[in-house]
Order: sequence, then structure tokens, then C-alpha cells
Amino acid sequence: MTDARQGLTGLLDTEAIRKDFPILDRTVHDGKKIVYLDSAATSQKPRQVLDALNEYYERHNANVHRGVYTIAEEATALYEGARDKVAAFINAPSRDEVIFTKNASESLNLVANMLGWADEPYRVDRETEIVTTEMEHHSNIVPWQLLSQRTGAKLKWFGITDDGRLDLSNIDEIITEKTKIVSFTLVSNILGTVNPVEQIIRRAQQVGALVCIDASQAAPHMVLDVQALQADFVAFTGHKMVGPTGIGVLWGRQELLEDLPPFLGGGEMIETVSMHSSTYAPAPHKFEAGTPPIAQAVGLGAAVDYLSAIGMEKIHQHEKAITEYAVKRLLEVPDLRIIGPATAEDRGATISFTLGDIHPHDVGQVLDEMGIAVRVGHHCARPVCLRYGIPATTRASFYLYSTPAEVDALVDGLEHVRNFFG
Amino acid sequence: MKLESMYQEVILDHYKHPHGRGLRDGDAEVHHVNPTCGDEITLRVKYDGETIADVSYEGQGCSISQASASVLNELLVGKELSQAQKIQDAFLELMQSKGQLEPDDAMEEVLEDAVAFAGVSKYPARVKCALLSWMAWKDATAKALSEGKTA
Repeated sequence: MTDARQGLTGLLDTEAIRKDFPILDRTVHDGKKIVYLDSAATSQKPRQVLDALNEYYERHNANVHRGVYTIAEEATALYEGARDKVAAFINAPSRDEVIFTKNASESLNLVANMLGWADEPYRVDRETEIVTTEMEHHSNIVPWQLLSQRTGAKLKWFGITDDGRLDLSNIDEIITEKTKIVSFTLVSNILGTVNPVEQIIRRAQQVGALVCIDASQAAPHMVLDVQALQADFVAFTGHKMVGPTGIGVLWGRQELLEDLPPFLGGGEMIETVSMHSSTYAPAPHKFEAGTPPIAQAVGLGAAVDYLSAIGMEKIHQHEKAITEYAVKRLLEVPDLRIIGPATAEDRGATISFTLGDIHPHDVGQVLDEMGIAVRVGHHCARPVCLRYGIPATTRASFYLYSTPAEVDALVDGLEHVRNFFG
Repeated sequence: MKLESMYQEVILDHYKHPHGRGLRDGDAEVHHVNPTCGDEITLRVKYDGETIADVSYEGQGCSISQASASVLNELLVGKELSQAQKIQDAFLELMQSKGQLEPDDAMEEVLEDAVAFAGVSKYPARVKCALLSWMAWKDATAKALSEGKTA
């Protein structure tokens, strides 16, 4: 044990937790145990979630909201039960405010399209403005660019400071009376920054703009309370929070979901249909056209149960300790530059860095040979790389199963990388 | 160790000491990117009739993409277009071989230093890095041809 590891507090019992994640026992490249440091891309799945998926398909599989037979009713109860679990997990005032989507990207696209087709007072058109930030994942930039191109609305954004924070110094010029929607990330997927929600929401409320929060990197890692956040929409995805792929969530305030028009049309989202026109089911079904990802929703329900049983606050404390340790250890590596906040304050468990002139691809390849899985590239946040004048970064991200020993393995690995290309 | 099969000495050597790097006068210029990793290259070709007078380039990227551009420069400059196309075809075949192709003497004769990339073909995520400059060269040549700059 290195000296730096002493005094780490708030760590979870990772020995017990890791037993729930079968993949963490895997070895690669001739018996090297996998060191998985890419949870910001997708988390690993515990046995409890895998079992829920299996159990659903083996015992209850049927389409939802249709059949009168036993297993169809079971499938519906499981699917809607997952909605209850998610609603409780994010402290939603009503379960009807939880819309299941395919992923966070679909959730954000859904908001953009609701507003694009909306009537007054929500309508986005050439007289209005859309606000996002330079720190976003592409999934919270491109839908707004599309909306801007299609409606003529002006797209504006907050820049980033040198130390990886949102530059809110000109907030009154960015968010104005013309602003219809402000969409930003709660936690950056590349910099790890936790953004000051309150200040942005206060300004948005002043001018009557709606607020959409991308919580993809927050929901897995901290207590997410949509009522405390005071946003109008919150989007996140299941696969980053120990759930399966193919299931995302959009939470929206009830009166907005009632007022705003549907985007995708089809089965499930209707009330009555004639050849001339249709009326729509109430939310959330209005926004869930077609057979939904049933098994995936059930899996997400199991994921929420798993995380809640451990406790989101405890998970947050664990990651905070790991992040503090990782920042400290990484800064010991010669030529390593952290891209983003250089302290563990107001930051999530995601750390991007460059290593001298060694390209992140090469860093990642050599680390892989040692069994260490990191993400390399621009992390679907190319504007951030452009902002810092770098082509790409190497990113290590941690979760409830990450250990200080894995941080040490990364630091040792980086030493090996330096020697290899030195 | 598998890693050394990818990072051959000759590749690391080209990476550290690239041939013909920098942009010079050309008949056509292209800019190619590898969207998955952010590697970029700007490449110019200069023809003297059917002969490749120069391939100049600038860019940023990993050792594989940078070394590959250097090898391309070394291999193609001075060659006739038809011969260069044969080399490009052979390199493409090697890179798409998923590590199954053991370069024989004939291939080695055509590809020279570029056979060192055989190991890269085992890594699907890196094949695009190795091909970046070659695709840019092909594109730039097509552009130069369509603009009638070569004979």
C-alpha cells in the first residue's frame, strides 16, 4: 500500500460489491485481470440485473398494455413497476412524469422535437434562442443544432474556463428574454466538472425559459432529486447506472408533458384513431410510441434497486474518495496534464488527461495490454478538445466497484507507457 | 508480447523521425479525419506527369497514423501512379487481413517498410489509423486527376 492510500475514508466494501459483477473477474491478454476504468462510457452490470433480464424473458415475456392473459399482465406490471422505481429514485412528484426512451440521446432529441412542434408559449422559432454549453456531449449539442437549423432559432452557448468550469460571467447576455430553452449537463462526461445548476436555473426562470438537464453522468453517481433541481426536463440513460443498454429516461414536469405535442406516432401513444385524425394517450404513454424496451426497463428497475440498496450518498462518497486519490496520484506522473478541474472539488469520478506528446490512442493501447480499460479519443465532446487545443484525451472513470488498487494499476501502467514511447 | 507485433521498431522509428512531414506545394489538397479518435491529416499531392513528385502532409494523430503517413511518403514519392496504386492496393489488403495474412516475399517487395503494419491489422480499432493517410492520398490523387493536373 502506498502512503497516499492511507487516510482514505468513505470507501465502500468493494470486495463484496465486486462479487456481484461477474465481468470484473475476467482476464485478458494471458491472464491479466481486467481493470475497468471506463464506467463513464458504460457501467458493468451486477448479477441482480442480469438475473432480472433472464427472469423476465424466461417467465413473463409478453407485450405490455394489451393482453388479458396472465403473463401479459405480469409483463405490464413489471414494466410499469420499473417506472415506479425510477420515479422514486429521482424523487419525481408523479410516476406519469417518467418517460422511457432508448437512451439519453433519444430523451434529449425528444425534448428538442417537442419544442420544435409546440404551439405558443413553448414554440421555438426564428424569433427565439436556444442555449447550451461548450462542455456538452454531442448528444446535447446536435439535437439543438438541428432544432436551430429547422426553426431558424439562434443557438448560443456558454464557454469553458481554463480550469474546466462553465464560464458564466456573461450569463445575462447568453440567457435573455428571447431564450426558450437552456440545456446543459449536470456533470461533464469529459472534464468531470459538476456544474452550478442553481445559478443557471435562477437566470432561466427570470426570463421564463425552460431548462433541460443532461444527467447521464450524474444519475449513476449521486442523489438525483428532480424536485430539488427545479429543472423542467431531466434526461439520463440506464446503461451507465448498472442497467442494460437500450433504456433511457426523460423526466418532464407534468403540465409540460400535457401541453407539449408528441414526437413519434404509433401504437401505444394513442387514445382513439380514425383515418382522419387521432387523439393521444396521456403522458407518459403519449411519448412512448410502439412496443417499448420492456426487458430493458425491467433491468433498469433492478439496477435502481441495486443502487438504492447500497445508497446513492454512499456511492457518491466512495467515488469522491477514489477521485481525490486518483487526482493526487495522477499528478505524480511526469508530463501528465489533467484536462478539467485539477482538484476533486465539484467534480465527478471522471478524469481526462494528456501524457506529454504521447497520443491517447497509444496510451490506451499499451494500457490494454496490461488489462487496463480506459477510453481514448474526444469522448463525443469534440468542442472541449478544440477549446483546449488537443486532439484527444485519455479518460479514466470510476464507479462503485472501483478501488484504490486500480488507481495504482493505472499509475503504474502510465509509467510503462512513458517508458515504451520514451 | 502481442504489443510489440503492433509497435514494430520500424513503426516507432517512422513515428519519431517522420519522412517528408510538412505541407509543400501541391496539385490537390484534402483533409481527412478519423471521427472516432480525432486523428486528422491534411495532405497534398504533386504530380510530374505520371510520376508522383511529392506527397506532403501535416496532421495530428497516434503513432500508427503518423508513422503510416511517413511510410507512405517514403514509398510513393518518385513512383509512377500505376505502381503507387498497386502499393496502395497491397497495403489495403494487408490492413484488412485481420492479422490472418502473413506477408510473403512478393508482398514485402511491394510494401517495403509498410509490411511492418501487418501486426496492426489484428487491432480493428487501429486499422483506420493506419489507413488514414492512404485514404487521403487516394482522394487527393483522384482530385488532382479530375482537375487534369496529371498527364
